[in-house]
Amino acid sequence: MTPRDGAILLGVESSCDEAACALVRDGREVLANAVASQIDLHTRYGGVVPEIASRAHVEQINAVIAEALRSAGVGPEDIFAVAVTHQPGLIGSLLVGLTAAKTLAWIWDAPLVGVNHVYAHAYAPALDGEPIDYPAVALVASGGHTALYRCKSPTDMTLLGTTIDDAAGEAFDKVASILQLGYPGGPAIDRAAKDGDPKAVNFPRTLLKGRSLDFSFSGIKTAVLYHVNGVPGVKYDHPRGLEHFSRREIRDVAASFQQAVVDVLATKIRRAVENTGAGTILLGGGVAANSALRAAAEALAKKLNCTLRCPPLKYCTDNAAMIAALGWHYLRAGRTADLHLAATATVRR
Amino acid sequence: MEQIFKTQSPAETHALGRKMAGELRRGDCLALVGCLGAGKTVFVRGLAEGLGCDAGLVSSPTYVLVQEYPTRDGLSLFHIDVYRLSEPEAELADLGLEEMLEAGVVVIEWADRVQRALPRAYLRLSIDIDGEASRRFTLTNESA
Repeated sequence: MTPRDGAILLGVESSCDEAACALVRDGREVLANAVASQIDLHTRYGGVVPEIASRAHVEQINAVIAEALRSAGVGPEDIFAVAVTHQPGLIGSLLVGLTAAKTLAWIWDAPLVGVNHVYAHAYAPALDGEPIDYPAVALVASGGHTALYRCKSPTDMTLLGTTIDDAAGEAFDKVASILQLGYPGGPAIDRAAKDGDPKAVNFPRTLLKGRSLDFSFSGIKTAVLYHVNGVPGVKYDHPRGLEHFSRREIRDVAASFQQAVVDVLATKIRRAVENTGAGTILLGGGVAANSALRAAAEALAKKLNCTLRCPPLKYCTDNAAMIAALGWHYLRAGRTADLHLAATATVRR
Repeated sequence: MEQIFKTQSPAETHALGRKMAGELRRGDCLALVGCLGAGKTVFVRGLAEGLGCDAGLVSSPTYVLVQEYPTRDGLSLFHIDVYRLSEPEAELADLGLEEMLEAGVVVIEWADRVQRALPRAYLRLSIDIDGEASRRFTLTNESA
């Protein structure tokens, strides 16, 4: 089905922590982008907002949909199709958004499109921006995902590599916890690292065997832990533990850790570009907001004669605009779903 | 009864997971207890392979809370991580622990944080760091 010019898609996202709804015209122009954690639901709707995502989503999903429609000044008759995240994520959370989206598609008699959350992150650089030039290599790195793709088009993506243990963003969170820098760890490490020496500590860069494009960030987390607390079973002539680190030393550890992660990510992007001959590098996911990664990717793109595309910061984290935007391309490719569309918790990504 | 296993490398921890998979049946809950860097995810990767799951699906569930890997017997291995939950004991039930136990085997990382929300009978595997790469695994049968 070809969406008419100016077609508006309503996107719904609830794969993990965030309930979100967005309206996007022609697959790029964001008319509304409502994210539950950014709306003061507590005061507007009353009641306690529970922590666990699926129950919270039930209470928030109608509110974010109403908020998106209200803020764009758009009515149901203006919605051409409904796009929804159906994988991967927490099953109970996914089902909330999926059920809401199916209901809307049914009562509005609009086409339904199922979208993979991680693929959508790779398309986020197009939001409120120019069309993306393909072929591209996309790195999606967040708290839950670290994946590298070859993209022939928005709808034709091949997984080149993924994490075999911790996600990059998870490593940031856990190291921030070890260094007691606060949560979320990504911005906390980024801030601390700005005044630190990235060469102070030589943390391991785990590149895995051969020319693998997979990732592993579990080892560096342990290396930071051992650097701070000492290697178990080893006797030290000076006391270990975070309380014996000066603020400058902590900033140095943060900067050195960040540099090691960025080096690994940049190395894999370089290999992927060399393997595929892509002319564009796409970044997506919360880690794409990291200033050191952006700088390294910028330098790499220059060296490889590629164009780097990063999403605006608000589209790095989970949102529904990327779902509606990628959904538009699926619609054009005729990849619509019916009301039997199922949620899948775990997929290769 | 208490059983102790020692491993000297992540590869041995992985192999221990593979071996232990043979002991697990539908409805079993394996509670993992061990600090950051103990090797919990490496162990679960071995466990998943031992159950015939697609190893490519296995990664840390810290962020997504639960991963589900189909086993060769048509069941599922549910890989839960409660590290990120703010009220883990209340929230574990909301994740659907009972339904998961009916559908397969459940392994929980950071299980010491959900002690009171675990099933009546479960296996507890605590991991102690003995040295840079050596780990000591203590397996016990727990029942209320």
